[in-house]
Amino acid sequence: MNDMTTSQTAAATREEEGKPARQDATLLPPVDVVEDATGITLYADLPGVPRDKLDLRVDGDQLNIEAELALAVPQGMTPSHAEVSRSRYRRAFTLSKELDPEKVSAELNQGVLRVRIPKAEHAQPRKISVQVR
Amino acid sequence: MYRSLFPRDVFAEFDRLQRDMSTLFDYSPSIRGFGRGGYPALNVGSTPTSVEIYAFAPGIDPAAVEINLDRGVLTIDGERKPTLPAGDEKTTLHLNERFDGRFRRVVSLPDDIDPAGVTADYHDGVLHVSVKRRESAQPRRIEVQ
Repeated sequence: MNDMTTSQTAAATREEEGKPARQDATLLPPVDVVEDATGITLYADLPGVPRDKLDLRVDGDQLNIEAELALAVPQGMTPSHAEVSRSRYRRAFTLSKELDPEKVSAELNQGVLRVRIPKAEHAQPRKISVQVR
Repeated sequence: MYRSLFPRDVFAEFDRLQRDMSTLFDYSPSIRGFGRGGYPALNVGSTPTSVEIYAFAPGIDPAAVEINLDRGVLTIDGERKPTLPAGDEKTTLHLNERFDGRFRRVVSLPDDIDPAGVTADYHDGVLHVSVKRRESAQPRRIEVQ
C-alpha cells in the first residue's frame, strides 16, 4: 500500500517536471453539430460535469467550452483503471458571420450540453412573394 | 531514460518508441477486453470495503440501462439514441462524433465481492456502480485472549 502511494507520487512529480505541456492537457469532448434553416445546434458530451462547473462563453467569434469534472469519489479510493484520466474538458469553435452570438442559449442535461446559436435575422431564409399587378 | 546519441539501428529505435507508446497508453488489458476508447469510458477504483465503477455515459435513459452481475463479471448494457431522427432532410449534420447505438461493457471484478451488495446511481451523465466486498474478506483485528 505504502509502495503504491510512493510510486504514484513519483509519477506525478515526473509528469510535472518532464512535461510542462501535459499539465494543461484537457479532454476533448465529442460533439455533434447540426444546422437547420434558422441556426446551428451543438451537442457536446461532458459526463461528470455539474452545471456550476461549466464555463461556456462567446468571445468575439469564438465559442469556448470549458468544464471541470466533479465526481463524488469515496475517500481512500485507489484507482485501478482509468480511461478518463484528466479532469478538464476544453474545446473551442469559430462562429461564422451569419450566426448571432448575442442570442446563444444553452442547457446541460445529464452530461450533454446543448447549445443553440440562431442565425442573424438577415441571414435567415426568406420567401419573397411576387406581386401580380 | 537512456537514449543513445548515435542510434545504430533505426528500426530498433522505432521498435523501442512503439513499446514506450504502448506502455503509456495501454493499461494491461485483461482477457475480457478491458480496452480503451469504448463507450461508455470506464474508470474503476477500489476501497477496502468496495469496488467502485464509473461509466461515463452521458445522455442515456437510466431506466433503459441493464446492469448484471454474474459470477464476478459485471456487464453494463444499454442504448443511446442518435441526435438526429433518421430521414430529416431539412438539417445538415456537420460533425458527428458522439456515440449512438447499443453499447455493452464488461468488467471482471475481484473474488471477494458480495453479489448482494450492488448499488447504482446515475448523476450528471455518469453511471456509478458500487460493489461491496464481503465482510469476511475485510481486514480484521484479532484480539488475543
